[in-house]
Amino acid sequence: MTLSANEPRELDLDCQAEAERIGRWMVDTLARRLHRRGFVVAISGGIDSSVCAALSVRAVGAGKVFGLLMPERDSSGFSTERGLALAQHLGITHEVFDIAPTLDALGCYRQRDEAIQRVFPAFADDWKSKIVIAGGLAGGINFFKLVVAEPGGDLHEARLPVRDYLQIVAATNFKQRVRKTLDYFHADRLNYAVVGTPNRLEYDQGFFVKVGDGAADLKPIAHLYKTQVYAMARALGLPEAICRAEPTTDTYTLAQGQDEFYFALPYAQMDRALWARDQGMGAAELALAIGISAAQAQRVFDDIEAKRRAARYLHASAETIEPVGPQ
Amino acid sequence: MERIKADLRSYIEANFIMGAGGPVLADGDSFLEHHVLDSTGFLELIAHLEETYAIRVGDDEMVPENLDSLDSVAAYVLRKRG
Repeated sequence: MTLSANEPRELDLDCQAEAERIGRWMVDTLARRLHRRGFVVAISGGIDSSVCAALSVRAVGAGKVFGLLMPERDSSGFSTERGLALAQHLGITHEVFDIAPTLDALGCYRQRDEAIQRVFPAFADDWKSKIVIAGGLAGGINFFKLVVAEPGGDLHEARLPVRDYLQIVAATNFKQRVRKTLDYFHADRLNYAVVGTPNRLEYDQGFFVKVGDGAADLKPIAHLYKTQVYAMARALGLPEAICRAEPTTDTYTLAQGQDEFYFALPYAQMDRALWARDQGMGAAELALAIGISAAQAQRVFDDIEAKRRAARYLHASAETIEPVGPQ
Repeated sequence: MERIKADLRSYIEANFIMGAGGPVLADGDSFLEHHVLDSTGFLELIAHLEETYAIRVGDDEMVPENLDSLDSVAAYVLRKRG
């Protein structure tokens, strides 16, 4: 298989057959390895968690799947709306739990805003903010910019010093970690297993929070490219609003695409770049297929490898000085 | 130049290598290729340069040519201080 600029076919998937294969694996894993009775799925209203919830229902039936919607102060209202539509569409028991008071008590918003105010002292509650990645695709070192919007809409941006960047990320990571705590409360209460919802791009490139959305008992779509997850959503007949949902982080108050924060390219191109990398293709071939320069394509490949190195820490369980327990 | 390089080496050794085993870093060795610095590591190095040498690293100066070895960082700091 080669990359074609005109007719990208390399990520074509027989979705019905793949849904069947995943469903069998999920049941088998649940009963024979995890020894639990059903699935808890955190539903964000995005494409990945929606497909995971639908695959869970297909595997064990709606009666054995519990959906959790956990909005907070910065979530888009559309996310909960789409999540509720999905839960109703699938006919699963679900609960909406607003995590904002918990996050507030933990200092999530305060710690984040303190770091933002060190860069923009006038930043206030009615302003919005997000972090965007810069530098890498232009041949430089990756760094992060803080973008803030005044209530009137005026935008300001500045490079984030490392201390403030780390504090903002650490504070916002509370969101994924609090959600995971609730996932496991319900999993323990019901004797269910927790479904992790990363797609291949996220799993491979480390776009998740350690002990946050990275924690789960099984990850049924970690091998699927984002493009394939969209195809799967359509094949599973999910509501149109979900099939058309743009990938966002839904974590910062200003709208933020995943490619602004983490990935070098929009997901469809990023999928093809990751696929090409793993097929051992050269930068020139990728460049031709997705319409970027060969030098940029090489930087994308380099960035893929750099993120894989960084992801090792995120995937790793705790180190021990020697193997402990049965080998 | 040699003084700056020696100070930088102490900073890199104290904060990133921390006495762990491995080959000794030569002045021209790439931090990236030797996995001494990752992307957060570079941001830490930049903060250190700005604080220690009272310079402002411009966005367009954050490139491997300026920051990816003891030689290149020392030369960059010297240029910036004029």
